[in-house]
Parts: sequence; C-alpha cells; structure tokens
Amino acid sequence: MNAPAQLPPAIRTTCPYCGVGCGVLAKPDGRGGAMIAGDPDHPANLGRLCSKGIALGDTLGLEGRLLYPMVRRGDDTLAQIDWSGALDYVAGNLLHIIARDGPDAVAFYLSGQLLTEDYYVANKLMKGFIGSANVDTNSRLCMASSVAGHRRAFGTDTVPGIYEDLDIADLIVLVGSNTAWCHPILFQRMMRNKETRGCKIVVIDPRRTATADGVDLFLPIAPGTDTALFSGLLAHLVNNDTLDRDYIDAHTTGFAEAITRARQIAPDIAATAAATGLAEADVAEFFAHFCTTVRTVTCFSQGVNQSAQGTDKVNAIINCHLATGRIGKPGAGPFSLTGQPNAMGGREVGGLANQLAAHMGFSRTEIDRVRRFWRAPRMAQREGLKAVQMFEAIEAGRIKALWVMATNPAVSLPRAGAMAEALRKLELFVVSENVMSNDTVNAGAHALLPAAAWGEKDGTVTNSERRISRQRSFLPLPGEAKPDWWIVTEVARRMGFAEAFSYQSVTDIFREHARLSTFENDGARDFDLGAFVDISGTAFETLNPVQWPARDVQPCETRFFAQGGFFTPDQKARFIASDNPALKDAVTESFPYRLNTGRARDQWHTMTRTGLSPRLGAHMPEPLVEIHPADAEAAGLDDGGFAKITTRYASCVLKVSINDGQRRGSLFAPIHWSNETSSAARIGDLVAPYIDPISGQPEAKATAASIAPVDFAMRGFALTRHPIKLPGNSWWARTAVTGGFGYLFATAETSTFWHEVAPQLFGPGAELAEYSDPSRDVYRVAAFVDGRLDGCIFVGPAAAAPQWDAVKALFEMETIETSGRQALLAGRAADGIVPAGPVVCVCFGVALATIREAIATQALVSVDDIGKALRAGTNCGSCVPELKRLLLQRTGDNERIANAV
Amino acid sequence: MAEPLVVIGNGMAATRFVEELAARALGRYAIAVVGEEPRIAYNRILLSSVLAREVAATEIELKPSQWWRDRGVTLLYGHATTAIDPQIRRVALANGATLPYSRLVLATGSQPIRLPVPGMDLKGVVTFRDLSDVTAISGLIRKGKKAVVIGGGLLGLEAAYGLAKFGARVSVVHLMDRLMERQLDARAAAMLKALLEAKGITVYLNAETSGILGKKRAEAVSLKDGRSIETDLVVVAVGIRPNIALARTAGIATNRGIVINDGMETNIAGIHAIGECAEHRGQCYGLVEPAYEQARVLARRLATGEETTYPGSVLATNLKVSGVNVFSAGDFLGAPGTEQIVLHDPGIATYKKLVIADGRLVGAVLFGDTADGLWYLDLIRSGKSVEAFRDEVIFGRAFSARAAA
Repeated sequence: MNAPAQLPPAIRTTCPYCGVGCGVLAKPDGRGGAMIAGDPDHPANLGRLCSKGIALGDTLGLEGRLLYPMVRRGDDTLAQIDWSGALDYVAGNLLHIIARDGPDAVAFYLSGQLLTEDYYVANKLMKGFIGSANVDTNSRLCMASSVAGHRRAFGTDTVPGIYEDLDIADLIVLVGSNTAWCHPILFQRMMRNKETRGCKIVVIDPRRTATADGVDLFLPIAPGTDTALFSGLLAHLVNNDTLDRDYIDAHTTGFAEAITRARQIAPDIAATAAATGLAEADVAEFFAHFCTTVRTVTCFSQGVNQSAQGTDKVNAIINCHLATGRIGKPGAGPFSLTGQPNAMGGREVGGLANQLAAHMGFSRTEIDRVRRFWRAPRMAQREGLKAVQMFEAIEAGRIKALWVMATNPAVSLPRAGAMAEALRKLELFVVSENVMSNDTVNAGAHALLPAAAWGEKDGTVTNSERRISRQRSFLPLPGEAKPDWWIVTEVARRMGFAEAFSYQSVTDIFREHARLSTFENDGARDFDLGAFVDISGTAFETLNPVQWPARDVQPCETRFFAQGGFFTPDQKARFIASDNPALKDAVTESFPYRLNTGRARDQWHTMTRTGLSPRLGAHMPEPLVEIHPADAEAAGLDDGGFAKITTRYASCVLKVSINDGQRRGSLFAPIHWSNETSSAARIGDLVAPYIDPISGQPEAKATAASIAPVDFAMRGFALTRHPIKLPGNSWWARTAVTGGFGYLFATAETSTFWHEVAPQLFGPGAELAEYSDPSRDVYRVAAFVDGRLDGCIFVGPAAAAPQWDAVKALFEMETIETSGRQALLAGRAADGIVPAGPVVCVCFGVALATIREAIATQALVSVDDIGKALRAGTNCGSCVPELKRLLLQRTGDNERIANAV
Repeated sequence: MAEPLVVIGNGMAATRFVEELAARALGRYAIAVVGEEPRIAYNRILLSSVLAREVAATEIELKPSQWWRDRGVTLLYGHATTAIDPQIRRVALANGATLPYSRLVLATGSQPIRLPVPGMDLKGVVTFRDLSDVTAISGLIRKGKKAVVIGGGLLGLEAAYGLAKFGARVSVVHLMDRLMERQLDARAAAMLKALLEAKGITVYLNAETSGILGKKRAEAVSLKDGRSIETDLVVVAVGIRPNIALARTAGIATNRGIVINDGMETNIAGIHAIGECAEHRGQCYGLVEPAYEQARVLARRLATGEETTYPGSVLATNLKVSGVNVFSAGDFLGAPGTEQIVLHDPGIATYKKLVIADGRLVGAVLFGDTADGLWYLDLIRSGKSVEAFRDEVIFGRAFSARAAA
C-alpha cells in the first residue's frame, strides 16, 4: 500500500520546435503533464535541450484547447457538433465546390508542424483524388528557397551533409542564421568544436545577433547582398586558383556561365566589399579562411531563404562548395538549417505546391507513376499555387475553399492583416487546430476540427540532417481531439475515396509512404525508404532515429555527392548564374528603413505553444523593435519608449530597444506576436508580399519602413487568471505567467480611468484593494476572490513605470497574508525587497540583477565563473551569449572607471 | 517649605499632570487633588469596555491609591469645589472646607451636552460620560433590549459598541451624513458604518432627533423626518461642553473654555488650566493627547521654572473605536490644492489616506491598520519632506526606510 505509485516509463519522442529535431524523454506525471528531459541516445542532441525544449512540460495544459468539433451556424456563432456531422460538413462542402468550380477552387494549407503521415494523406487527397496541386505549407515561408536551390543544383531537394560535419569542420560559415537562438543545440555543437578543435566560425548577418558573440569573424553584410558576397568568393576562388578542377569537370556543368556572372557582380575583394557594405579587410579575411580550409561547412537559414532572390542566394553558396568539391565530405558542405520540426518530412512527402510526391515533380512520367501507385482517379497535372499566391487567389475569389492544418497564416503570411480579411471571402474555411482561438480561427473559420497536439500525436518527423525520428504520444487524446491523419482520412472516405484511404493506423501510412519512395525508384531518386516498406507495427513503434536514404540494401551512404551522383538527368550538378542582387521593396524618403523580422530566443512561431510557458515568456515579454542608437536619436526614439513602424502595407506599435548590434538604416522586429497576444504587434501585417520567382518564398526581411515615436503617458501591467480585454485605447502585450496571464501595457488613459474600470474588469465577486496617488497618476488595484489574488492592475506615469517581478511572485501564491497584501500594492516582495529584474537564465530562473550583482561582488570574469556561482548558463546554454555580454559590460564599466580616474 | 498646589479635577489630565510634576520636582509642592466624582481617577476611554462587561470598573483606575500616597498627594475625591477666591488664593469645597494654594490648576474637564428636545427628562434617558452613567445604563438595560444612542461621534459609538457587546439591540442616530465626521473622512466613516452594521448595530445618518417619546420612561426616539425608533434606553452622546462655571464665577477669563496662553496660564496669576476645560488659541480639545501635552508643559514649567511652551496640538485621533483602530491627524480631509494618496483594502478592513501639500505630509486618516499612525504624526509635526519615499510612504515606515536608504 505504501509502495510508490507506478508511473509510466519515459517515452522517447521528438521536440516539436526547430529543425534540429532533438530527442526528448517525456515522463507523464499521471495528472495530464509530463517531466521533460533531453534524450541522451538521440544523435541530434545527445541529451541536451534548449530553453524552449526544456519548457515543453509547461505547455501541456488544456487551457484554451479546442476539444470538440465546431461549425459556424447561421447566426455566425460557432457551435459544438459531433465528429460525424463535422466531417460530413467538410466533405460535403468540398465536393459541392469542386463539382461547381473545379478542383483548383479548393486548397490545403499545411504546416511543418504536421507529422509526415499527416502530410502524406493530405497531399494524396489533394493531388491524386481532388485533382489539384493547391497544397502548400508554411514551410514556403521558411525554407522554400533552400528546396529550390537544392533542386536547381542537385536535381533533388537533398541536404548533402549531416550534423557530425559540424563537429569536425575547421571552418563554419553561418549565413543569415541566428543559430545561437534558433538552433541552440547545433550552435553548442559548433562552439564545442571551436573550443576543442579550434574550428573557426564566421557569422554573416546584417545585424550582430547573439550568434556573433565570441566568433572569429563577424561580417555585418548589407541586407540582400549575400549573392554578391558569394559571387565575390567564387571569383576569388578562381583568382586564387582554389578550385577542385577535377570535381568541376567530372560532376558539374555551368561553371563557365556562373563564373562569368560572378565576375560581373563582384570580380574581386574590393568590389565585393563595395557591393556588400563590408570592410575590405573583413572580406579578405573571410575569403582567406574559405580558401585555406578544406573542411568548411556553410550553414544558412532564413536570412538567406526569406528573400525574393533566396534561391539565387542558396545557389551562390552551393556554387562555392561545388567549385571546391567540398560537398558531402566529412566536415564539408553547404548545410540548410531548417526552421521547423518537420519541414523536411513535408518535403519528402511532396506536400508543397511545386512538388508532386516523394521527391517527384510534375513530369508526365512522374504524374503517371504516382497515379498508378495511388490508383488515383484525378491526378493534379501541374504545379499548384504557392502560399502567397494561394492566399492572393483567395483574396481574388478564385479559391473558394481552404483547409488550414496546424498553422496560423493570419499571423505569419506577408500582409497578414489583408490575408486575414481575405479569409472571410471563403465559402468553406476549415481549420484543424489545437487551440480554440488564434488569429486564423478568428478570421471566420466555418469549421474547427480538434487536432491532436504534441504529446498526443504519433508518427514521424525528419530533421535537418535527413534523420527520421518518431514523435510518440505520451498523453491521452483530450476531449474529442483526433490525429490529423485520421481527420483527413475520414473526410476522404466521405468524399468517396474509402478504398484509397483505408488506413487503420499511422503505420499503414508510413509503410505506403516508404513504398512510394521505392516505387519504380531505380536510384534516380535520392529519397528512398526501402528498408521500411514492410515495417511491422511493433517495429514502427520501437523505430530508432534513422537517416535516409534507407534503402532495402544496406548499408546506405550517409552523405551525398562527394563522388558526384547528382539526381539530374546527366547526374551532374548545376552551377547557377545568379541575378544581380537587389531588394524588391524600394526604400524611399517616406520609408527610409529596412524592416527585418525574425525570432526571439524563447518563443516559437505565433506562440500558441511557447506562449503557454511562464519561463519562456519571461525573457522577452513584450514585442520589441531593435534600432541602432544613431537611428534612434535621429528618429527621436528612447530606449523603452514606443514606436510606430509603418510600411506600405500596415503599421505596428512596438517597444523600442536601442541596440548597437543593429545595422544603421535597419530595424528588427520579432515575428511571434499576434492579435491574440498583442494589440498592435502582428508584424506579418507589415511584410511586403514580394516573392522569389522560383521558390515562391516571400521577402520577409527587407520591407521598406518608417519609424516614429509614439507617446504613451502611462505604463502599466495586469496579472489575471483568465484572458481579459484591456479597456481604453491601450497598447498591450500578453504573456504567460505562473498561474495566469500577464499584460504589459501603455496607455493614454489616466489613473482615474483605471480606477473607474477596475470593478468591471474583475467582476462583481471580486474584492478590490486599491492604491491611488492621482496627482502622480499612480493607480494599483488587486482583486481578491475568497482570499486568493484573482488579479491586479498597476498603472503609473511612463517615467516611473510599475515593475511586476515582485507582484508576479505574490500572484503565484495560493493565499496572501495580510502583510503581503500591502506589499503587493507596494509592488514589493512580501519581505519588501526590491525584485531582481528580468530572467536571463530561464532554466534556473536566474535574474539579471542577480547576475550583475554576482559579477560585481564575486569578481566573476567568465561564463564558467557565473555557472559555478549561480548555475546560470549551465544547462541549455541559450543564455550564454547574454552572460558574455554582461561580462563585457562589466569590463566596459571598469575600463570607463579606470579611464575616468 | 513646599508650596501648596491645588488641582481641581480628578481626571486623566490631572493624573498625568501630577505624574509629570512629581517625576520632576517631588516635594517642591504640596499637592491636593480635588475631584467631584466619588472615586479614584480612571481611564474614561475604557468606559465602553466596562459597559460591555469586558473589564470591571476597578480595573480602569489610572493609578492605585498607593501611587498617590507615595507622591504625597492629598486626594480629595467626591468633593465638589464651589468657589475660587483668587485674591486670597483659596478654593472652597462643598463641605465648607477651604484649601489655600499658591498655584491652582483647573482640570475640570467637560460635561455632556443635553439635547434641547422634549422628553430628555424621561426615565431611561442617560448620558455617557462617566462611571456613574455606566452604572445607570447597566441598571436600565438587559440583554436583548433595545437601545438608541443619539450621537455618532466617538463617545456615542463607544457607548453603542459597549451596549452591543453587552447584548443590547443598538441603533445609532446621527445628525451628520457620516459617523465621526470630526475624525474620519467619508470613506473611513463608511467602512466604520459597515463594520458597526456587521456587528448588528443599526445606523441612522442625517437623522435629527425631534424628541424622546414615552409616558414615564423613554419608549421611542422620534426623528424630524417622521420616523420613530422604538427603544428601551436612550443614551445621549451628542458632544461635550467644557466645565467653566467655576472659573467664570471666579473672574477667570473664559470663552468656550477657560482661556489660557502657551504657558497654560489663565489671565489670573497662579491659576492654570489644562485638558478639556481649557481653550488654547481658540481651540478646545476633546481628546486625551492634547491634555497630556498640556499637562507635561505645565508640569515642566512649575517644576523648574523653565519657559517651555505649548504650541497647540496637531489634532490626532489614535484610538480603538468599536473594536477597530482608527487614526486621524492634521488636515485629513484634504483642503483644496492638497494631494491625496489612498490605500483601500476593504477585504482586510484597512483604509489609509495621506494628504500631501508641497511634498510634505499634512494630514492622515487610517482605518484598521494604524501601526504607522504616530510615525505619520511625527512627519506632519516635523514638516519633513516625504518626496524621497512618497511611493512607499503609505505602506509605512519599514517600506519607506528601504526606499529612502
């Protein structure tokens, strides 16, 4: 009887965030949650997790989950409906619209968050049975240019290298990649290589991110000029005769044209420097490193991909590797770091409008082959519409039915606001979702289908190094939620395709996916899962992480192209002659800045998951715009003040963060905030819709913009148990806090206004405790229900903005002593001590002031010292760059003091 | 040879004066204390507790008899003083005795005001001022019986609280729109009203008594608005009036009270006045704290001859009313042009308001938690700037000390 309760064993699964694809051990706690740890046996991470992965356990709650199907009724409200009714509704309306307007009037918009099996059935339904290729995915916004670049150069979408290359390279070039924040576990592998083997690291980025801290060379490149840099490098390789002539001759074509174009763009170091805004010496140093280092890996991410010339950028990089024969060799090659957990799986399935299936395209042979395999009645005959075009077709009324799965396009697309409006034109708008409310759902979805979330769903994902890992369920399906593959399959059956969609399990789908990869594959296709065509349910259940190709004849090579063997008709790689680099959106007097967009360290996409974690919310609770100090001064902006950023498409209001790592003339804003989590920070609204002509990927990082100060007389915060609607014309951002929601806001409304609205905000059952100093415009209110703090609002003048750290601690407590109630309204901890400021180390909850004090009082000089003293930075390492910066600041202070004396 | 010093009045001011004087100049004066009440001096503030039967009458004595004897004080309680003859420096008692003095201290206190309405002489109508009143009330009331207290000031509420604790069904009838308007602002008064109501006391505001109804004894209180409240007992506590008749008859200058200067001197040499009977700079105080300050100043002057003066009291109320701590001081209502900081937490029955003018604290009202009342009083009296810890000042001395540090 006294024996400890038997908890289920830890389940091996895979992280749902970035494309590194880290293995996760999840140990359910029996109460709907789980303990999360890195899987020491997973080759991607060997037990490590970043701050986001570690916090996964915080994100498993059911608050806000969509738990049953819903359909919009005549009175425009969403009402619960049973699955049978919901599926009939979706299938019936799809059939009706297809019959009336043809298959191209419908579209699926999928997601790199879907599992491969989900992707497979959705792609099959649309391309083989509905008869359109209007299947695209949020991966279009992420790495479509890499796909296109790979296909142009290699004939297929093949990532040649593996993660191990990062451990054994002697030079790692990071292009357009804030690896330290976006792929932290890989970045740590790189830094370990640097520390133990002396690998050099070069970072190429318009802004100095955390990734650039402590690397060997940082090249603050002008936006959009990557092609110039790598054209210059190619010319330099020729000038310097650092070419692998044998490789070029044996395995490539197009070198002459490429070099001619490269020389036109940037014939030498001086021209390269001029074209890229870099110092000649820096360019020379980079070129010299590249020339002299055989084991060179060039990693690239969204800074390369999210461009109207993204495909050219990718090929400019690949050109340099082809020219030196540094591809598919240990420690050498071009390496696309994918953003999403299963963008790669989607690519393998062919879940993109410009792919058919299983790394096949739209040639007659391929269409026919897939038709025969699927026994498909109505094959798509040509490429479909890519994301931006798909939504433009919705805007134009050409697409009448859309099914969105596992993504939030009303936040993430360029011109997101206009796209959200366009969604209202749809005759049928279906959303498969985890959450009850997000900007896409709120854009007028007609049917909401409750999908299984991470921890519940089961299948496979593929990471950036082609490694297929199992995502396993370790929690029961809540409410009436169902796996995405089940939902698609059920709709397909109701559309009359029962035989082709007779899957009983996810294994059935995986087997068919594997069979298609081998079907009439005579080695002309890289993607081959022959080893799994007959995999048993048990074997699938216990499948260890495995890299493809996984042919039925073992062993398979782990890298591609060291000896050529490209998947082009002549088996040769293609050098690509790039276009002259130019950005699409014109900078003018009215829009003098370039708006760059990207990620913050502890958030992911539109925050529907990371936004649930208080730990993650603590790092950057508000949406910021980063700007160079000189630009800030010219624009009249103060650090911590607010600014309105306007593009030709929309405006946002963000908090100003003055940062000398920011390039002059360039602004940076994070992509994470939506209308769910902020009043005016949905950055997608501002992004220009210009796309790469080949990949269709939008230029999300270079929209022309203006910036102007916005003055809010008052600042405040609110802590609440449930989401609230802030009254008045207030700017706000919401974040998760332990026990509820935190709102940081700025407002023109005076303390009197807040005093008046407080009773309505907290409802009639609440007992209000108030502090007011109206002549100072200070007002604070705490609402208690049965002795428990139900919420609070603090407002004060901008110059003396209330701080919430101490109040948050009291908010977490179940009951508050009488003395604590006064401390609460004083904004102090129960003991009256002034709080320690924002959290830097999320893993161990170490705050900024604590670290600063320890550096000062304990004479800490290294990150190791800080780790020993405070544990900060010793787990996931995501905060190490910030710790370094704090150490530098301290040194700077000392120097200033020394100089002053 | 000790100088004869006579104190007329045997209340709290007199006791404190003797204590201060004896501590500084024991033996310099031969002190006689003459009191009309037939008992040793007691703490009038605790009358409601006696009424509530929380303490016995003997327990509220300020000092035991031995204490008086140890200081060589001739204690003549139960003796009314009938006259003062300043020319020959003697006072005459009702029993015919006369006492010589070289110094005379008037601490005659005050008496309750009786309402000029019909029925005040009915049986069952009493005032609430001294122990004899308490005895009278106790004799008239039984548990479960009804009592009306006329007057929602400090004294009336004390009476109401005592009666309610005793077990009577109590109503309070108050002329003004809020209780204790001289000590509390509207919000504190409302909280007090709610608290009284929670204890079962009914409060009538804006209620002017038009008469006491009844044949032989009080049966109801009638109000001007036509309402009438049935009752078995009426306690009148509508205010006090300084006892000045004796002084006036003796030719000592009086106004509302006995007029004194900053040295506690009346217009006649050798005659002083302190406490509720005194009027200083036009102000008659009805609270114990100014009386104590006056007693201390006078004692120092008489003990050593030093020219210490009394500048008047910053009006502060710091007491427990009906079981709740209340503090108010200075300009607690907030004159035009002043600024107010308010902390209001009805869930723990706490309310604080500080009034600031030119960066200085000029007034305060505290309800519930009054721990920092005296600190606020110091700040008001010193006129020290509170700018450095303004954001913390209402949270008390501990928080403010950290902020100012």
